[in-house]
Formats: sequence, structure tokens, C-alpha cells
Amino acid sequence: MNAFVSQLLAGLATGGIYASLALALVVIYRSTHHVNFAQGEMAMFATFITALLIEAGWPYWAAFFATLVIAFAMGAVIEALLIRRLRTAPVLSIVVVFVALLVILHSLAGWLFGYAIRPFPSPFAETSWYGGSLLSPHQVGAIAVTFLMLALVYVFFRFSPLGLCMRATAENPVSSRLVGVRVNRMLALGWGLAGAIGAVAGMMIAPVVFLDVHMMSGVLLYAFAAAVLGGIGSAPGAVAGGFIVGVLENMLGTYVVGPELKLSVALVLIIGVLVVRPDGLFGKAVVVRV
Amino acid sequence: MSAHGHSNALIPERAARRLGPVSMRRRGFIAAGLLVACVLPFMLPSYMLFQLTMVMAYALALLGLNLLTGFNGQISLGHGAFFALGAYAAAMLIELAGWPYWATLPAAALLGGVVGYLFGRPALKLDGVYLALATFALGVVTPQLLKYKGLEPWTGGSQGIVLDKPDAPFGLPLNADQWLYFFGLAVVLLMFLVAHNLLRGAIGQSLIAVRDHPIAAEAMGIDKARVKSITFGISALYTSVGGALSAVAVQFVAPDSFTVFLSISLLVGAVVGGLSSLSGALYGAVFIQFVPAFAEQVSKAAPWAVYGAILLVLMLVWPTGVAGGVARLQSWITSRSTS
Repeated sequence: MNAFVSQLLAGLATGGIYASLALALVVIYRSTHHVNFAQGEMAMFATFITALLIEAGWPYWAAFFATLVIAFAMGAVIEALLIRRLRTAPVLSIVVVFVALLVILHSLAGWLFGYAIRPFPSPFAETSWYGGSLLSPHQVGAIAVTFLMLALVYVFFRFSPLGLCMRATAENPVSSRLVGVRVNRMLALGWGLAGAIGAVAGMMIAPVVFLDVHMMSGVLLYAFAAAVLGGIGSAPGAVAGGFIVGVLENMLGTYVVGPELKLSVALVLIIGVLVVRPDGLFGKAVVVRV
Repeated sequence: MSAHGHSNALIPERAARRLGPVSMRRRGFIAAGLLVACVLPFMLPSYMLFQLTMVMAYALALLGLNLLTGFNGQISLGHGAFFALGAYAAAMLIELAGWPYWATLPAAALLGGVVGYLFGRPALKLDGVYLALATFALGVVTPQLLKYKGLEPWTGGSQGIVLDKPDAPFGLPLNADQWLYFFGLAVVLLMFLVAHNLLRGAIGQSLIAVRDHPIAAEAMGIDKARVKSITFGISALYTSVGGALSAVAVQFVAPDSFTVFLSISLLVGAVVGGLSSLSGALYGAVFIQFVPAFAEQVSKAAPWAVYGAILLVLMLVWPTGVAGGVARLQSWITSRSTS
């Protein structure tokens, strides 16, 4: 029983990691209706910047917030310089541009920072009152950070006028512009926000898996699965999806099919769920006017 | 053929052009291209012939993806799985059942068609990102399944299967590479011809109707579900034949050749070449075969950054792919010469 609980909690801890990157995917989706496949590599790049700042002697939290600003700027700049030019291009051309961004960031990071695996500090103390034998303080802290981000994203999109403008931009850019929403600014803002959230995800993941160019390649797949399982436009759905994927993966690996096939079986199960609920667990069916 | 074609309504006009009867000028182009293709094997070294044979294998795979994504509007991030299916079917039939290599292509076609249809049937429910995830999963699962211990007696596990190179039959004065090149060329010609006729007929029209306006298509009496799942089958059939041809040409199959990266490159190739056009599959295949090696030559330190940069520039200049760019160039030239 104890082993089962510890497996469950370990699954929740990795699930929290998937959830945080899935949130970033949802934010871009909610403001642009695209799924950004380069999100993981953007997060990896940002985490390398944090590592450099810490190595240069910055205190952790100063480096943390500086990275958020840099990641926000990076996302907004990518939108303004690149994605904006493709507004009239077919959707698949944009998917290919995301693939291009992914390989460019991956390759650049390897070239600039090297392929060596580095340790990355955690902001949470090694021992503290909230950590126990089952979950380390970092795991508890990372889950708490995920929920904090979820709350912020939810409140932002649900209650703030800016969040409303961003949702409107995603739904109908032309009408939004007609009622005075600055569409271009909203899109850049959406990319910036997603970049910052992704950076937080990166900084929470790095202490667990170590900082490395390949750090995010696997995580992105799980995050994508989590976001889609939850219903791609839903922030609570993304977080729930993240936890479900994390637990499912861990349980299947330990008790059912072993580590070799756990990913395959988890994906097949997710697809099975989607066939029954084609808009995800928390997603709303989209009604389109024809 | 309309002479002033650089309007924004690119798709319908292009579709009309592609699907109309082949014009005289076009026939001339194709004949010249064929002539060059038949002379090349006697002028190029063996390794380049091998590369061109691989271009043909990729072209078949991309044609399949193009039918699905370009003409029918269903995205696939997992066509590498069907490529692997064809390749493994061919390798296993040759190695375990002792079939001749040429007979494995129809078998791969049949298998790919059936598996594609069976996958397309439940995938009908999914659209957009949801379909993207489902197909992506297919691409991720495939190499894991091929490595799986339980299947090792048939698939060879991580080691894969090694094949022999077929020699030219009937005592033809060709070496093995030249023969494979001509074999591939014949297969590609046949399959492109079939695709061309298919798209001109009723099936092709309903494919495009379902993509452009599913509700109107249904109102006209098209069975959307049937069209979509049959398209999935035909698409997988083409890609599977491409995989079989590649297995015969490479003489080796292993799980690591069919990672999810292959699926992504296929999608990239299809988009870069140009969706909703048959010639796009050829351009895309050339891209898949040659651009990564070219990027490696430009920069040893960060080859993928070069690859990505080429991709970005191509997409910014020609958002509808090389075929779209060439079509615009052609209509620009004709409009200048007639006015």
C-alpha cells in the first residue's frame, strides 16, 4: 500500500511538471489558436539563461524574475518578428514554422551553452516542514507553483479586461479590431505570457531532470497530450490533464506494462478517451456559424 | 489555363488547374523531365543514384500525406508509422517468407491501405489539434513497438533486419543501383498517374469538397465519414509503398530509422513542397533528402539551426510551398509574355 501511495505521489509530482508546460501551450492557444511546438525549447533556452545568471553570482530569485522578463520578451519578439508575418499563411505553414523554431532553438542552445548536463538549483530548501519521506520539498513546491500559475492564468483570462481582450482576439480578430482591441498587441502579449509560464516550467523541471539541451523534448510530448486531453482551450483542463498523464504514466510503468511500453499505452488510452470525448475532458464543443 | 493568376483565391484556381486535363505545355515539361530521368542513371555515380531512389521513396510517402492533408484537410503528425509499416512488411516478407522484392510492394500497399483505413475510422471523430495528437501518438508508438521484445523474432528488435541488394533481371546491362533506380521510377510514375486520375474523378472532387466545406458536401450527398476514412486508407497505402521501396533501396530496416522525427520531416516536406499539388510531393522529397546534408555542410556546429533557418525563409517567401511558388512564377511569366 505504501509503495502504491509513493508511486501515486511520484506520478503527481511529474504530472505537475507536465501541467505547467501544458498551461503555457493553453495560453498561446487561447490567444492565437495555435499549438506552439517550440514551447519546450523556448523554456529550455530560458532556463539556460537563469543558470548563466546564477553562475554570474545573482541570487536565485533575482535570476528567476529576470528570466521571466527575458522569456516574456523572447516570446513577444518571436510573435512580432515572425508569426505576425504569417497571419494569412495556411495553418500547416505555421506548424512548420514552429518546427523550424524548435530545431533552431535546440541547435543554438547546444552551440551556445554546450551539450554537457548541468545541475540546477531548486528554490526550495532540502529539508523543510512541507517535505516528507514521500515527496521532497522541491516536488511539493513545484506542484504548489503549478497551482499558483493556474490560479493566476484562470483569474487573468476570466476576470481581467486584458484577458477578455485576448480571448476575443483569438475568437475573432476582425471583430475585435472593430471594437477597439489592439489585436497585434494582444497576440504579442499572449506569446510573451506563454514564454514566461514556460520559463517557470523549465526552472521547476531542471532541478529534477538536470539542465540539458534535450531536457524538454520528452516533456513537450506529455504536455501536449495533457493539454489536449484536458481540452486544448481550458487552463484547469491542462492542469488536470497533466496530473492524469503523470499518474497514468507512472502507474502503467510500475504495475501494468513496464517502462518500455508505458508511453505507448498511455497515449493509446488518451486517444481512446478523446474518441469518446472529442473536445477533451474539460473542453467545450466549439459551435461554428456557417 | 488562366493567365493572370496571382490573386488571393489561390486554392480554387490552383485546384482547377491541377485537376483539369493535362495541357500541351505541361505534357512537354513532363516528357522532358522523364527523358532527363532516364538519362541520369548513366551519368551519375552510384551513391547519387541511391539518393535519387530515396527521393522517389519519399515522394511516394509525401504524395500519400498530401492526399490526406492537402486535398482532404486532415493533419497527420504520424505518417512515419505507415512508412515504417511498409518498410517492415517488405523486409519481413523478403527475409522470413522468401518473397521476391518486387512482390512486397503490392503487399505493402494492401497492408498500408487496410491499416490506414482502420486507423482513419475512429480518427474521424477527431479534428485539428486532437487529430494531430492522435497521429503524433502513432508516430511515437511505432519505434517503441518495433523494439518491443515480444515481437523480436519477427522484427529483429533494435538490430532490425538486413536485406540483400537485388540485381537487374533478364540479363539487363545495368548495375544494381541503376536497376533499383529504374524500378523506383516505374513505381513512382504508375502511382503518380493513378493519383492524378483519382483526383480528377468523382473521388477527388469529393475529397476536396469535404475539405473546403464539409456541411455543403454532406448536403450534396457525399458521405463525409466514408470519404475521410477511405482517404486515410489511400494515403497510408501510398506512404507504405514508399516505405517498402526505401527498405529495398537501403537494404536495412531498424526502429531508429522510423522515429517520430521521420513523421515530422514528412510533414515538413509535404508543406515545403506544397500541399494540394502532385508536384509538391517531388519538391518536398528533394528537400527531405538533401537539405539536412546541405545544412551539415554549411555549419558543423549547429546544422539544425541552418536547417531551421532555411525552413523559415522558405515559409516566409513561399507560404504555400515550392509548388505554390512555382505556379505563381509560371503565371507571372505567361502573363508577361502574352501582354
